[in-house]
Amino acid sequence: MDTQAIQRKLEAAFGGVVGPVASGRVESWIEVDPDRIDEVAAMLAGDADTRFECLSNLSGVDYPAHGHIQVVYNLISYTHGHELTLKVNADRDSPEVKTLSGVWAAANWLEREVFDLLGVNFVGHPDLRRILLPDDWVGNPLRKDYVEAPDYHGISTIRESMLRIDLPVKD
Amino acid sequence: MSLINSVPEMVLTTKVDAFLNWTRKSSLWYMLFGLACCAIEMMQTGGPRADLDRFGMAPRATPRVSDLMIVAGTLTLKMALRTKVLYEQMPDPKYVLSMGSCASCGGLFQLAYSVCDGVDKIIPVDVYVPGCPPRPEALTEGLLLLQEKMMQEKWLVRSSTPATA
Amino acid sequence: MSVEIEFEQGGLATEEMTLNMGPQHPSTHGVLRFIVKADGEVMRKATPDVGYLHRSIEKIAEKVGWHGFMPYTDRVDYVAAMACNQGWAMCAETLGGIEVPRRGEYCRIIAAELSRICSHLLAIGATGMDIGAVTPFTHALREREMINDLIEELCGARLTYNYMRIGGVAWDLPPGFRKKVARYLDHLEPCIHEINDLLSYGKIYTERLGGVAVVSPAMAMSYGLVGPNLRASGLKHDLRKDRPYSVYGDFEFDVPVGHGEMGGVGDCWDRYMMRIWEIFESVKILRQAVDKIPEGPVIAKVARTFKPPAGDVHVRVEAARGDMSWYCVSDGSEYPYRVHVRTGSFAAMSIIEELSKGLMIADLVAVIATFDIVAPEVDR
Repeated sequence: MDTQAIQRKLEAAFGGVVGPVASGRVESWIEVDPDRIDEVAAMLAGDADTRFECLSNLSGVDYPAHGHIQVVYNLISYTHGHELTLKVNADRDSPEVKTLSGVWAAANWLEREVFDLLGVNFVGHPDLRRILLPDDWVGNPLRKDYVEAPDYHGISTIRESMLRIDLPVKD
Repeated sequence: MSLINSVPEMVLTTKVDAFLNWTRKSSLWYMLFGLACCAIEMMQTGGPRADLDRFGMAPRATPRVSDLMIVAGTLTLKMALRTKVLYEQMPDPKYVLSMGSCASCGGLFQLAYSVCDGVDKIIPVDVYVPGCPPRPEALTEGLLLLQEKMMQEKWLVRSSTPATA
Repeated sequence: MSVEIEFEQGGLATEEMTLNMGPQHPSTHGVLRFIVKADGEVMRKATPDVGYLHRSIEKIAEKVGWHGFMPYTDRVDYVAAMACNQGWAMCAETLGGIEVPRRGEYCRIIAAELSRICSHLLAIGATGMDIGAVTPFTHALREREMINDLIEELCGARLTYNYMRIGGVAWDLPPGFRKKVARYLDHLEPCIHEINDLLSYGKIYTERLGGVAVVSPAMAMSYGLVGPNLRASGLKHDLRKDRPYSVYGDFEFDVPVGHGEMGGVGDCWDRYMMRIWEIFESVKILRQAVDKIPEGPVIAKVARTFKPPAGDVHVRVEAARGDMSWYCVSDGSEYPYRVHVRTGSFAAMSIIEELSKGLMIADLVAVIATFDIVAPEVDR
């Protein structure tokens, strides 16, 4: 099934929760509401025509210019051989997205990583805590406005080396 | 009255010191502290071609029985606290060899937010081996340099820099 | 933390212990830590604690630019670094609309398959060493040294290669390289049979690994297992065959799957044997590649200040530890906006907590070894 056919199926089932097929230069995707993404995912995983057994990738991207944090899901189906990309936009100040760990067990750790590095709260996640950074770390480093702390438990993070690279600040 | 660093420098006592140092440098047991990519090169150095066992160096799993800690790889801030604990668990006299650029100065991860720029921010280092990762020949040279350093130590003879015991 | 006190026959009270394994431990898999709740020798649960090698590679991409990120991709999986290089190069090429010349693609495949053999040799040796058989590890290291020599001739580095560039590869094959690879492959196959005879069918080995931690196909797909871990559970999915990228479509090779010879389909022994069988398949691909490689340039013309137009892309490559999915966002500038890698070991690490219930502590070592987990892939 191609993306258009999947989108028609989803729109028939969920209505306005699911957006139209949007296309970038390379990939096309479907945008979904953050608080109904779990139902959409459950249907995509369970339905015989779509049969997306595997959540291949779950990434978070910070767009301060647009005021949202985007979570991008890449689903693949081993049975039918097709792929689908879903995007969810969560408000940047208090980002909340429904968890998919009930649909695919792979989402458990992937969502913990996005929570750790970007600060997105996944509603309904069984064990939402930091995974890659220490438990007492402050801040979400992959956000564009993250400022590093000068030290961590007494170990200074200021780089004294001559290899410092000062890049211009981009916004 | 302790014998350590208390005897004047004579032929006999320097020979005793040299003998003690020779026995220690010929069986330098290193702790397997491979953190990242340099750990693979450390394993290859202990492997069949560039053999470390011919110098008497055997890999040990626990810090309690090892003399040398080869910090092979990038030290993250999360790991740094545990490194200090492991260093303190090693019995004296102990040595630290910082293998690779990441352990010496942060390497190419100096731009990272979660990396400690060099293991010498936490524990004292005896030998630095540069490289990314250092070849087995480079690591072997670093270890031989450490052995030369160990031969200079004075145990029996009075010295301005006392023994580390 | 609750404490369970059971009274067994004879009135002996037992309590649950909490043990710590790692982050420094005598294993080659890197800095991984497990908090094990055990009742004697049998585990109730082993919770992984990762992040001890989190080097913020994804954030660094935003600071060093498209070309400058290539050495960092080596460090995502340093045991089989060529496939990571290829994934990143393909991301940039797809976004920038660049086509790689055919000879460049063949050089990439030769390099990627050589590094896949390197990685599997280490995995086999490390599994043996973790179970207790130390000798095959030295055999594997000896073979690995020869591949290191070949790759050093190719690109100058033994472990972290930085061989591929956006648009192709950095240097052409040196003269006489194809003969050397063919001669090495002739030498390698009997050595793998030797390791097989020494290790794989030995009674202790099959008892330790057979029937341990069986992963069903449904569980494997739900947890997102990929690569040899997925194929050991009986599912015949290999990205090089299903969606051939680069020039993998030109080669003939099989995709081995696990059969459950020593226990269930998808147990530790199947996962271990997958690596041995895959080495033979990689040897087939390499023989065909050095035979059929065409003449021509090895790299396309790419601007020094490479600025792909804005957009995003998902690229998947079959690395040694499975299908590695790269998600890359470009905003039209010289620096990537966001790079995210989802690796095979990340998924494998997440399934261990579920599998560990009811296993023994010694089995935990076997499970980590056969899933072929390396810490940099989990932590990046």
